[in-house]
Amino acid sequence: MSAELSTVAQRAVEAALAAGAGAAEAYASRESGREVRVHGGEVESLSAATQTGVGVRAWNGRRVGYAYGTDLNEAGVGEIAARAAAAAEVADEDEFAAPPAPAEIEAIGGLSDPGLASASAEQVAELALAVERTALAADSRIAGVEQAVYADSADRVAIASSAGVAGEFETSTCFAYLQALAEGDGARETGLGFGLGRGPGDLDPEAIGAEGAERALSMIGAVKPQSRACPVVLDPTVAASFAGLIGGGLGAGAVQRGRSPFAERLGEELASAAFVLHDDGRDPAGANSAPFDGEGVPRRRTALVEGGRLRAFLYDSYTANRGNAASTGSAARSGYRSLPSVAASNLVVAPGDLNLDGLLAEAGEGVYVTDVAGLHSGVNPVTGVFSVGASGRAIRAGALAEPQREFTIAGDLVSLLGAVRAAGSEPRWVPFGGSVSTPPLLIAEMAISGS
Amino acid sequence: MSELLDPAVAERVLARALANGGRFAEVFAERRHGASMSIDESRIEAVQSGAEEGAGVRVVEGGTTYFAHVDGLDPADLERAADEAASALRGERREPRALRALASEPLPIEVRPEDVPPARKAELLRELDQRGRGRGAEVAQFTGSYAEARRQVTVANSDGLLASDDRTRTRVAAQVVARRDGTVETGAETLGAHRGFELLEDDPGLIAEQAAGKALTLLDAGPAPSGSMPVVVGGGFGGVLFHEMTGHGLEADHVQKGASVYVGKLGEQVAQPLLNAYDDGRLPSEWGSDAIDDEGVPTQKTQVIEGGRLVAYLYDHLTAERDGVASTGNGRRESFRHLPIPRMTNTYIAPGESTPEEMIAEVQRGFYAVSFGGGQVDPATGDFVFGVSEGYLIEGGKVTRPCRGATLIGNCLDALAAIDAVGDDFWVKTGICGKGGQRVPVGTGQGHVRVGAMTVGGTER
Repeated sequence: MSAELSTVAQRAVEAALAAGAGAAEAYASRESGREVRVHGGEVESLSAATQTGVGVRAWNGRRVGYAYGTDLNEAGVGEIAARAAAAAEVADEDEFAAPPAPAEIEAIGGLSDPGLASASAEQVAELALAVERTALAADSRIAGVEQAVYADSADRVAIASSAGVAGEFETSTCFAYLQALAEGDGARETGLGFGLGRGPGDLDPEAIGAEGAERALSMIGAVKPQSRACPVVLDPTVAASFAGLIGGGLGAGAVQRGRSPFAERLGEELASAAFVLHDDGRDPAGANSAPFDGEGVPRRRTALVEGGRLRAFLYDSYTANRGNAASTGSAARSGYRSLPSVAASNLVVAPGDLNLDGLLAEAGEGVYVTDVAGLHSGVNPVTGVFSVGASGRAIRAGALAEPQREFTIAGDLVSLLGAVRAAGSEPRWVPFGGSVSTPPLLIAEMAISGS
Repeated sequence: MSELLDPAVAERVLARALANGGRFAEVFAERRHGASMSIDESRIEAVQSGAEEGAGVRVVEGGTTYFAHVDGLDPADLERAADEAASALRGERREPRALRALASEPLPIEVRPEDVPPARKAELLRELDQRGRGRGAEVAQFTGSYAEARRQVTVANSDGLLASDDRTRTRVAAQVVARRDGTVETGAETLGAHRGFELLEDDPGLIAEQAAGKALTLLDAGPAPSGSMPVVVGGGFGGVLFHEMTGHGLEADHVQKGASVYVGKLGEQVAQPLLNAYDDGRLPSEWGSDAIDDEGVPTQKTQVIEGGRLVAYLYDHLTAERDGVASTGNGRRESFRHLPIPRMTNTYIAPGESTPEEMIAEVQRGFYAVSFGGGQVDPATGDFVFGVSEGYLIEGGKVTRPCRGATLIGNCLDALAAIDAVGDDFWVKTGICGKGGQRVPVGTGQGHVRVGAMTVGGTER
């Protein structure tokens, strides 16, 4: 099977050249996934599927075109390649457009769990059912579970180019989550629990179910907080969302086109020393790790914010050409359907010394934010200004107090970097904001808008 | 219309799907074609196209759905998918009913986008670029995009249904970054419909000017107010407010799982008597319209709120079966790789009797949310949040100044009940709605609407 995928890629490159492209690159992928949704102790749906396709990037001088498709026999691949070559004729010239040069690719161990393929549908369904059962049994106030889901994917990627890029790798990922429903004080509350890993053996269904139940229960009786500016502790799910937004602003594509709040701030001391951020495309624990990025450039680890300074931006080959820099292996693709574009791989926020209790004590009085909503509409990625919906718990006398909901937290991403007072000591991988490992973060002050 | 699947092949696939039992089986075949390009820094780029075809097969037994999908429409592959879907069942073979084709006409397309030369589309984007930049030197950047998508679908099920549709959507979008000294603001506008290239014959360049106008207006913006106050919501995409705070909670899957604040509220007064609202998948040429839903049921106009009373939920096949009612034609899926779930089509608050001027004149201090960047709701708790992309302060019955960075938050039931005026102006805008990991095109619409009290989360200290 694997030889087949690299053959498809190679054949697509040749077909694009035959169709008149000056240079070409093909990215072929096969994703075998399944998903189980359970509800009320029953399997609600069980899906299994494999999708295979190829995306072809063709260069005609300094013009680029792209096409993709799923018809992978010789005629089909030829047609896709011809469409890519034709698309290049429509694009305008761009002096920095050029196929990336090949580089030494080093394999990474631990990206794929053979246990994934050997787990039967019944076994993974039981895992999802156990997640639901645990939540339901946690407390009499748990009214139900909206859904408990297990999903996994075993992916193979092959890349080839006329410049000599050639590579192939395999990864597996899986996750399980639930949305638990708690009832009390005449209102219904929801709580998310989740876990992720390389194979079902990495998931602890009891822990996931208990987390969802606990989060939902902890919100019973929530009230609106007072509008004010105060210290805020972001839990890892929320900190990850903000890290993802910051990582987005550090992509050279946004920076070069003046659409990032971090443009022209390289080297500046704009962060607190407590906030250290890396992009790490090689950590086996990170879901987006791979030996090479979406255009065959080796993944690597890049310090983005360290010692209070903005250290680097993330580059793919195009932005590297344009910025007279080296690619950081940050060309991302969402499968064969998408052109590569700059994005973080796995963002890693360095842990600090204080555990959660320590962070809360340090905050004294404020809000512990456990959930944010409306990130796609409440954040302006160009200016970094944000105002998003939030819920969580009050912090009083350095400890968690009553639940709070229906408020917003507002500010801007650059100021947020400077306002981080401490990072917690317990990091966690979170699938929000991309793939992020982060501890909770104590922010010295944020604007809360409630009643 | 022509089918993507030979009925004889479909019957064979359905028979294979029911080989181990199951009360319902379905095959959904799809051919997708899409093309897009954009303009950035006045340069045409990201010129691309894609073509995919495949099918999804599902078998339902008890409360469980078994689903498999394949790339390609080769009969042997389809049968393999049917076998895979059926593989977990252990019952007796069942025979599907003979197929009879549903008479249904796709929405009319005058100019097929794939027949328009790509150079013409590039030219259109250049025009947008010029029009956007033409609004003044403070327009620092213009980004425009063009996209066309065609979905040909055929669905056949074991109840004997056979239906097909051929859908083409075209959309252009404009985004502007305006800059004055250290201040940076953005503005965006889109134009899209279930239509072909004829959509763009009128004056597509207008959206570029509108996007630039928004960004330039915001350069003069001050901080947004904070706290509870009357909010006048603009028409068109303002309808996303109703989409989020009510529409999602009416989707029958949420209701049946107890994960909606509208559970048990059918027949109850949930809004003031002036409010009437619909989900309508048959609005001519609108972005969220289709001839049939993705289960082969003809789309329909469903009144969901009548005189402030909640009168209907939105159903797909399985949720309708569970409640012993008919599907409302809201079974939609992103592609053949997804299972259908209850989804909105075009959802809107019907026009009322107030004028926007009257609504604003009655507000002493409030907020005017002309348009949103988007919104999000947790249907189970009813908590929602909306990012305002263009908003103004209302003081003494007059719109006084633009505000930046405002967010509206609240709870569905409270906010719906607080709507105290509905405008006589009405239009529908395009949206992309995400649910359960699936994105589908939806229309959102309304005239101006006033919510008596809502929390504005601003940046004002």
